[in-house]
This record gives sequence, C-alpha cells and structure tokens, in this order.
Amino acid sequence: MSSSDEHTLGSLESEPARVAQAQPHSRREFLERFGGGIAIFVTFGGKLGLLDQAEAQGPHRGQSGVPTDFNAFVRIAEDGRVTCLTGKIEMGQGPITSLAQTMADELDVPFEMVDMVMGDTDLCPWDRGTWGSLTTRAFGPVLRAAAAEARGVLLELASQQLSVPVSQLEAKDGVIFDQTNKQKQVTYGELAKGKPIARHLTVKPELKDVSQFRIMGQPKLRRDSFEKVTGKAKYAADIRLPGMLYAKILRPPGHGAKLKKVDTSGARKVDGVRLVEAGDLIAVLHELPDVAQGALGQIKANFDVPDATVTDENIHEHLLRVAPKGDVTAKAGNVDKGRKLASRTIETRFFDGYVAHAPIETHAALAQIEGGKCTVWASTQNPFGARDKIARAIGFSPDKVRVITPFVGGAFGGKTSNVQAVEAARLAQAVGRPVQVMRTREEEFFYDTFRPAAVVDIRSGIDGSGRMTFWDYEVLFAGQRGAEHFYEIPNHRTTVRPSGWSGGSHPFATGAWRAPANNTNTFARESQINAMAAAAGADAIEFRLKHLGDPRMLRVLKTAAQRFDWTPAATPSKRGFGVACGIDAGTYVAAIAEVAVDARSGEVEVKRVLCAQEMGIVVNPQGATIQMEGCVTMGLGYALSEEVHFRGGQILDTNFHRYEIPRFSGLPKIETLLVEANDIPPQGGGEPAIVVMGAVIANAIHDATGARLKRMPMTPGRVKAAMQEA
Amino acid sequence: MTATISFQLNGERVRLKADENRKLLWVLRTELEQTGTKYGCGRGSCGACVVLVNDSPIRSCMARVGSVRGKEVVTIEGLAKGGELHPLQKAFMEHDALQCGFCTPGMILSAYGLLRSTREPSREEIAKGMDPNLCRCGAHTRIIDAIEAAAAELRNGKRTT
Repeated sequence: MSSSDEHTLGSLESEPARVAQAQPHSRREFLERFGGGIAIFVTFGGKLGLLDQAEAQGPHRGQSGVPTDFNAFVRIAEDGRVTCLTGKIEMGQGPITSLAQTMADELDVPFEMVDMVMGDTDLCPWDRGTWGSLTTRAFGPVLRAAAAEARGVLLELASQQLSVPVSQLEAKDGVIFDQTNKQKQVTYGELAKGKPIARHLTVKPELKDVSQFRIMGQPKLRRDSFEKVTGKAKYAADIRLPGMLYAKILRPPGHGAKLKKVDTSGARKVDGVRLVEAGDLIAVLHELPDVAQGALGQIKANFDVPDATVTDENIHEHLLRVAPKGDVTAKAGNVDKGRKLASRTIETRFFDGYVAHAPIETHAALAQIEGGKCTVWASTQNPFGARDKIARAIGFSPDKVRVITPFVGGAFGGKTSNVQAVEAARLAQAVGRPVQVMRTREEEFFYDTFRPAAVVDIRSGIDGSGRMTFWDYEVLFAGQRGAEHFYEIPNHRTTVRPSGWSGGSHPFATGAWRAPANNTNTFARESQINAMAAAAGADAIEFRLKHLGDPRMLRVLKTAAQRFDWTPAATPSKRGFGVACGIDAGTYVAAIAEVAVDARSGEVEVKRVLCAQEMGIVVNPQGATIQMEGCVTMGLGYALSEEVHFRGGQILDTNFHRYEIPRFSGLPKIETLLVEANDIPPQGGGEPAIVVMGAVIANAIHDATGARLKRMPMTPGRVKAAMQEA
Repeated sequence: MTATISFQLNGERVRLKADENRKLLWVLRTELEQTGTKYGCGRGSCGACVVLVNDSPIRSCMARVGSVRGKEVVTIEGLAKGGELHPLQKAFMEHDALQCGFCTPGMILSAYGLLRSTREPSREEIAKGMDPNLCRCGAHTRIIDAIEAAAAELRNGKRTT
C-alpha cells in the first residue's frame, strides 16, 4: 500500500475518488495490497483472553458475530512508519491521539511515526462500534499486544541481521541496537524491507509494565487539531465527488404519521431537479443542496397524524402504566427486615425527561455506486454496522459495500443507527449518481434517538445511629447501567424495569446517550443518599464515607473533599455545596459543586465544580482531563436546561433556539483531578464524569435551600416549586 | 434572481452565476468548495457557519450571496497568511481548545471579530462575546483560554489582525 491511497485521518488530503477504489477483504487479500513491510494481526478473545468482558456490552443492533479472523492490525512500512488500522472512529473523544501513544510506546517508536487509519471497513479490521468508553479499556490491550508482537518480530529479524542474540538487543525510537556495541544497529524500516511478513498472534506477548512507559502516561495534545483549525478536516458532508447530487427527503410531521396523499408536481417544475419516489422514500435531488431543499418545500403532502395522547407533561404517568415487570439485578439481606430496623424511612420518586444528543454535525452520508461496489462516507459510530445495514438495503453483499468514516462532528451515542447512510445508498442506486444526504437541524432533532424518559423509585431508611438499614431501588426505562449502588447497606434490592430502549413504550426512538442509564440512576441514587444524610443530621461526605467500603471510591471521594477544602457540616448547610459519587465504565468519580440559588427566580448559578476521577492507568492525561471537562460541561445541560418537548410523535424542539445546550456564559469554574492508580488497568474515560452532574447540582441546591429537586432538568420553575414545597 | 456575482474570497477574486438570494453558506460549501464553513442549524442559532465579510464575522447561513458582492469574504481556509497560522489558530491548537472540531471554524472566526472590537477582553467579556456560538463537546473553558492567549499575542504586535 502506498501512502497515496491510504485514507488516514491525519491527512485527509487524498482524493475521495482515489480512496474509493475497491478494497479486498480477506486477510490474505489484505496482505497482497502491501508491497513489503511487516503486518501483525491480533484476534480478540479465544485462548489469548484479550477480549475484555466490556467489549461484549453495548448496543448490538444489526451486527454480525465476532469474526474468527483478526481484530487489530499493525503495519510497519519500509520507510519505518507505523500504521495502526482500527475500526474505532474519532468523534472528538481523542483515540486518534491515545491509540497512537499506545502503539508507539509498546512498539518503541517515536509517537510522530505512528499513523492512524480509522473506521474504514475495507482497510480496518472489524469492530462493533465506538461507544461505551471501550476504546482504551477493551481495544487498548489488543492493540498493545499487536504492538508488542511486532516488536518481538523486529527483534528476531534484527538478531538474524546483526548476528546478535535477542537478549543482547535493545529497541528504542524505531532502532534496534546491540547493547554491547551501540554502533551495531538497524532501523525498523530497514528490517521491514523486502518480502512481506505476516504474523498472526498465537501467544499473548508480554506487555510493558507501567514503569517502562515512555509515551503512555504523558500528556499529549490532539494530533488532529491542525486540520481542525484550518478547515482541512473533512466530515462526511464535506466530501465532494464529480456529478454528485444533494438529496432532501420528505419527512412526516410527527412520528407515527402515515402518508395519505402526495403531489410532487411543484417540485418537478424546479430546474434541474430529480425526484425519487421509492415507496417510503420520497426525495428531491439537485446539484445544489439549498435548491433541493427549496424544491422539497414545493411538495404537497397529506399525512394521517395519530392523536397525541402523551406529551412531555404526562409521559411519566404513561410510562408507569406501561412498564413491564422488572428483574432484580442485585440484592442482599432482607429488605423487609431492614425496613423494620429503620427509625426513619424516606420514599422518593425521581423523574428524568428525554434528552437529545444534538451534536453540532448533523447526520450526513455520501454514497457512490460504481462497478458493483458501493462506497459510503458516513458520520457514524459503527461503520461496520452501517456497512451491513446498507448491504441489506440495496441488495449487495457486505464485501461489496465499503464505509469510510471521516472525522465525526460529535456523536455521544446518537450516531449508531445509520439511517442516513442507508438513505444515501438507496438514492445513489436509484439515480445512478453519487448522492449526499445531510440532515437539517430540524431532521436531526426529529430523528434523534433520545435518552429515554425514566422514573426511579427509592425507599431507604436509617436507624437511630444514622446507618442505612435498607435500600430498595427500582428504575423504569432508563436501564441498568449505574443502577446498583456501591454503599454498605445490609439489606438491599435493585430492580430494573425494563432496560431495553425499544418496545414501543416511547412515542419515538430512544437510545444510548453518553453514559446511558447511568445519568438517571446516579441522579436518583446520590440524591437519595443525600436525603438520608440530611435525615441523619450528618455531613453529606461523612455520611458517604461511613457507608463506603470500596477502597477505590473511598480514595476518590477523600481526594475530592481534600482538594475542595471541604469542612464538614450537617446538610443543608446553606453553603450551597453538593457532592455526588458514581461508577461508570470501570472508572470511579466523585464531584463536589457549589451553587447559588436565586430564591425569587429559581435560577441556579453553578459557581464551581470539582471532579476527581480514578480510571486506572491513564494513557493520555491530557485527553482524559479534557473528557472530564467535556463531561462536566455537557452534564450541566441535562441537569439544568435540556429537555425534549413533544406532543405525541411531534417534536416541538426543532432547533437550538428551543433546545438549550450549555453556553459559554454562566459556566462554573471547572477543576479536574486524576487520582493515580497504576496498579489498575486503564478504564473508561469518555463518559464517567458526566454521570454525577445531575445529583451534584441537586444536592448543592438542597444544601443551599433545603429544597429537594426530584426531576431533571432542574429548571428555574421546578426549583421555585421545590422551594415552595420545602 | 440569477445574476453574476463577484467578490474576493480568501484573497482571490471569484465570479459566479447564482441566484443572489441563495444563502452564502451553500454557495461557499458547494460551488466554491470551502467546506470548512459548516452547517449546524440554518437559522443563525449555533455559529458553525461564521465567515468574515470585510473583516467582520457574519452567519453565512443567514446572509444572501448577493449581499457580499464586491466585498471581501474570508473563510477558515483563508485565515492563515503566507503559510503562517493566525494566533487564534495556534492558540486553539496549543490549548486543545476543540474536540470534534465541527464548531471550531466558526469559533475561531467569531473570536477574530471579538478581538477586533475588544483588544484586551476579560474572561467574562470573552464568554459573553462567544455566547451565541455553540459547542457540544464542552471545550468552552479551553476556548476561552485560547482566545485569551491569542489576544495577548495580538497585543504584542506580532500580527495586527
């Protein structure tokens, strides 16, 4: 493979048409593409046990099974450059940097020598999708194994070439030298020259110990920022092909609406327009996207719109009515016995509304069908899932479909269903020209798979000594992640009803939203814990410490308290200090916030948020810190302002003037803290810190005012109402 | 109405035939292939489409292409001069003031306008000035840091705009 036909995220200069050439699929065919160099393949799972349990989690929509072939792929070229090919994608969360660090360190090459090729289904090994904060914790070890194996191969080759035993050799910065005579050396590039060598990992190689890390653990700036500050970075809607058309698709006014009558004659009169009417897919295509949009407006369509029965006002009553029985996912002791031991019992029902992903990049795809091969550039979190879905929709075999993932402009769990990629492929097939589908912001809100509205019921109690005697937790519709508590409570039970996102209970699609389920669960749990602390007349942190046994959480919470300069006081203390703890993706988080509440308006000013996180070994402390900052900032939205308003299947929040995401003004001082834990393997980083944001603010509001907020978002109106109740 | 429209784009004269009521955003992205200018909302609510017209930031999703006739338009692709990145571009890189990068062109060009009118803005003034620009990844604090740093560099006189 010459560098000119690689589609690297780091250099998106290559012509799309050239990138689009058909690519082979099997490992053997894969290798035939390379004139020389060394290729290393690694397979997940099996006897190597590299597959983390976590990789098996997450949405599996439309996925085929894990293949028996390879999952990680590393290539060392004759010029010494290292290419890491991965099905993971870059959507802002930073693996383009952290995976390159991982590779460089384990392989002993300079960080700058590693190129990343991501999310291209013809070039990269299969991957389920980029979600669940799994890239570092589950894919990382596989990549490290591949790099370590590659290093082993290079050492063997060097041993032959230099006639020096491997034990006497040392690798550093892409050069292998004789420890006894440093003049005797050979570069990786020199070793990679000639006949291609392919190795399939059969024995789990020895990985470096943390103490040997030279590049991992170092804070590294993003590698893609040059492209992103100069406008060179290409997103799916930025790809241009000769002859391409822009499609605008007829959409219903609400979910569940049925098309009764359509008159497309007005649109047909627009110069240069092409119309596609293929069953459910009615689209206007034009060489100019805005002209296509204008022509779409000329279509007269009548829809049967079902009567709106549920709205954002009564949705919770509806959900309580239709929720099926649940499963007990954790229990110990006897809840009824624990209840009898309690001198004070509190029952609380918590509510959460629908929340939108609202990435600034709307879903987009460009599809081209040429010579029996369909190539689609798509904004997606799961290019392989997109490939399979497109193949089914257009009647191609999956190996005749290639999905290329350019930079993704934010996703947060919302870019997994790939509907826009399927639409683009169907339209390209219909008109015989490349077709782009890019959603308008209104379509983006309409077709979003919202974080589900949910209800959490908690009953818990304390005895005379201020110890919790029981905990009875039931969550409806949010899901299981984060539902089980981590406190020492002798009698407890957690019930999850139901954890799926589908099932027709919601008036529209719902799905994974950054740390799915855990935001709702942590809001409810940590709010209730604080209510218990208040009932005990205790300090909110001391009450937690008294009930915590897990050393990881103890350490994180103590570190946060110390850094915040926390002085214990019974809550509510009038100081406006809140605390919340959470576990997500194997990572432990504790946050402390300070708020001020305007009693007259109910406005909450968040002044300060301190977030401490223990995530095991940290590959890129810079990237991890930025993810925490992003989580805190984004979390302020669902805590305070974000809620999807709707009437039946009609989404009333159509654009950013109605759906309020966090802005520059009014942001708190954000402090982040990584708690070192080099004895624990790397854990998730993209999501954990967001889970605490609802409760930390709710608890701070309670500490300031004595009012307990039971529903997110905590809008001024709800804050005022709660204050009147208190 | 279709007309011939000429203007300066990133230092070069462009002439094209277009309906002058079409929005500048789509003409830039389609005929002129300046895809660094992003669509985010189409109604001036997010700032992803901001470009400079005669050195002032405007929302290209709201501006008619006819309105830039004879004017000078600069998109993110044209901000670096003579191979040298603008201090704002450098500062965004040095501060990691971006994640997905989709709002970044609009952020940088909006900040450019802010620093033209306020040479030494406080953090509060930066936040207030940047408030109409949306970022979903939560890079806000770092964007403020970067703008503050770029303002200092611009004041030091290395580059005036």
